[in-house]
Amino acid sequence: MSNTEDNWLLKVNNLTKIYGDYTENSIKNTGPEFNSNICPETGSIVACADINFELYPGEVLGIVGESGSGKSTVVKLLYFDMEQSLGSAFLMPHLDGLSNILEESNQKKRWIRNYLMGMVYQNPRDGLNFKFSSGGNIAEKLIMGGNFHVGNIRNRATDLLEKTEVPVLRMDDKPASFSGGMQQRVQISKAIANNPPLLFLDEVTTGLDVSVQAKVLDLIRELQQDLGIAMIVVSHDLSVIRMLTDRTIVMKNGRIVERGLTDQILQDPQHEYSQLLVSSLL
Amino acid sequence: MVENNKYINKYNFAFIDESTKKEIRRKLLKAVAIPGYQVPYSSPEMPIARGWGTGGLHVTLAIIGKKDIFKIIDQGSDASVNACNLRNFVQSMTGVKTTFDTSEATIIQTRHRITEEELNENQIFVYQVPQPEPLRSVERYENKTRQMHGEADYAKMWVSLYEQFVSHGDIMLGAGYPVKVNNRYIMAPSPIPRWDIPNLNLSKALHLFGAGREKRLYAIPPFTKVEPLEFEDIKFHIEDFKGSACSKTGYKKAFLDEMYYDDGSTNFVINDSNFLDKLSEKEEPIQHENKYINQIEE
Repeated sequence: MSNTEDNWLLKVNNLTKIYGDYTENSIKNTGPEFNSNICPETGSIVACADINFELYPGEVLGIVGESGSGKSTVVKLLYFDMEQSLGSAFLMPHLDGLSNILEESNQKKRWIRNYLMGMVYQNPRDGLNFKFSSGGNIAEKLIMGGNFHVGNIRNRATDLLEKTEVPVLRMDDKPASFSGGMQQRVQISKAIANNPPLLFLDEVTTGLDVSVQAKVLDLIRELQQDLGIAMIVVSHDLSVIRMLTDRTIVMKNGRIVERGLTDQILQDPQHEYSQLLVSSLL
Repeated sequence: MVENNKYINKYNFAFIDESTKKEIRRKLLKAVAIPGYQVPYSSPEMPIARGWGTGGLHVTLAIIGKKDIFKIIDQGSDASVNACNLRNFVQSMTGVKTTFDTSEATIIQTRHRITEEELNENQIFVYQVPQPEPLRSVERYENKTRQMHGEADYAKMWVSLYEQFVSHGDIMLGAGYPVKVNNRYIMAPSPIPRWDIPNLNLSKALHLFGAGREKRLYAIPPFTKVEPLEFEDIKFHIEDFKGSACSKTGYKKAFLDEMYYDDGSTNFVINDSNFLDKLSEKEEPIQHENKYINQIEE
């Protein structure tokens, strides 16, 4: 697939999230040059500002940065978990990418979430309903996608759990009784249940032990190769970024400080913060 | 001299003052205009505590006129305590004629049953509703459930039905099975048994629901589509009495009560007291038609 300028899947323009009252200067006086994201005039917090990027079909984009750099904010804005202060985003499968998805009605946003996106959170409690069984959690996504046949729902859930290596026998158990790695796999099953073209992964392996981490990463890479899903991978962990992504964005204080091919950024970082990040890799 | 007429009568006609009745009627009009939508209303003080039938009473008293004929049942019976007391109250506040005869009544107030006999265009059916929110079992916050209704976001409700099927082999809702009204709102039909749910569909009568404690009114206008929630492969079904017949009439196609006796024996009796009386007196009351009842063998 050639990634020409106009076959993007997701296009993000000037995405900005500011907490509190802000003026024009709030964005001017914060950022990596000031080493702060707190506006000196109003005290508002610029979580992220001026985020521009394109994502192409089947591509994996990494967003890396220290905690508080605004990387999670970006995907949460794109998944409609928060409301943006400024900016727009366009998704090609939704009205040929002509309509700003961030300004759609709640009903349309939910349709986009159910049919075109999936999200895997760091904490499985954010992505799963612990009152429902793991099968029920997957069913929720399928039902939202218009599937009202219990037999089909269970077949699809079985397939997904097999694919993510969760024992199918435990389909009707609640995720609360699962280990962290298994919960994460159920979350991944739920996220890809409707075959979305776009998947967000927010620090998916953080908090898992190393061997489970490796398995989950393996799974994600396999899914990416099998299904060709485009992904945005948010992580503070450069080894995750190196393993999964084609292209990487480096963020600091809510701004993008560097972008490029993942190999290039890891081998030859240009921005001083990227250099610091790469050199502190254990 | 200005004459004060206000206290000539001890109570206003139908107890509630006219401006409050007007408010309830306005809300009822809105409820009829948006079938299945819960309209908040004032739920004024009554001489009985909220939650003991005040919602149904508000609706009845707001719509009743001097020519109306009033019937009230509690769990199918004209003679149970709740029905008797509310009937006495409505009668003494309005002076209207009351009846046990379903076909004669113009307003029928009910707790937890629909009459077995078919309803007609001239009748209004009033329900006393304890919990008007069908989504309460899956979402406890009112602002969230309102948003879910507004956006027709009913996935959680469906998942709870799925979960019941997976863990129990059937959808375990005996009374108050959720229904979809006019292809839009999911509605709690007050805790009527599943037996009565199909009788709401395309009913000739107007159905008004009042939840006094929760301060909500909603409605199903005549000839409105009402469907129980069901999956494509897991279907809604009514109560199965496994071929049992009423011990007094031998009738099988009515909702039956199981009676327990001191010697440990049990038998079944028709739950709807007026329907039972009519059958016992060899009258032939016309029953609701629906595919579920039709499947029962005589």
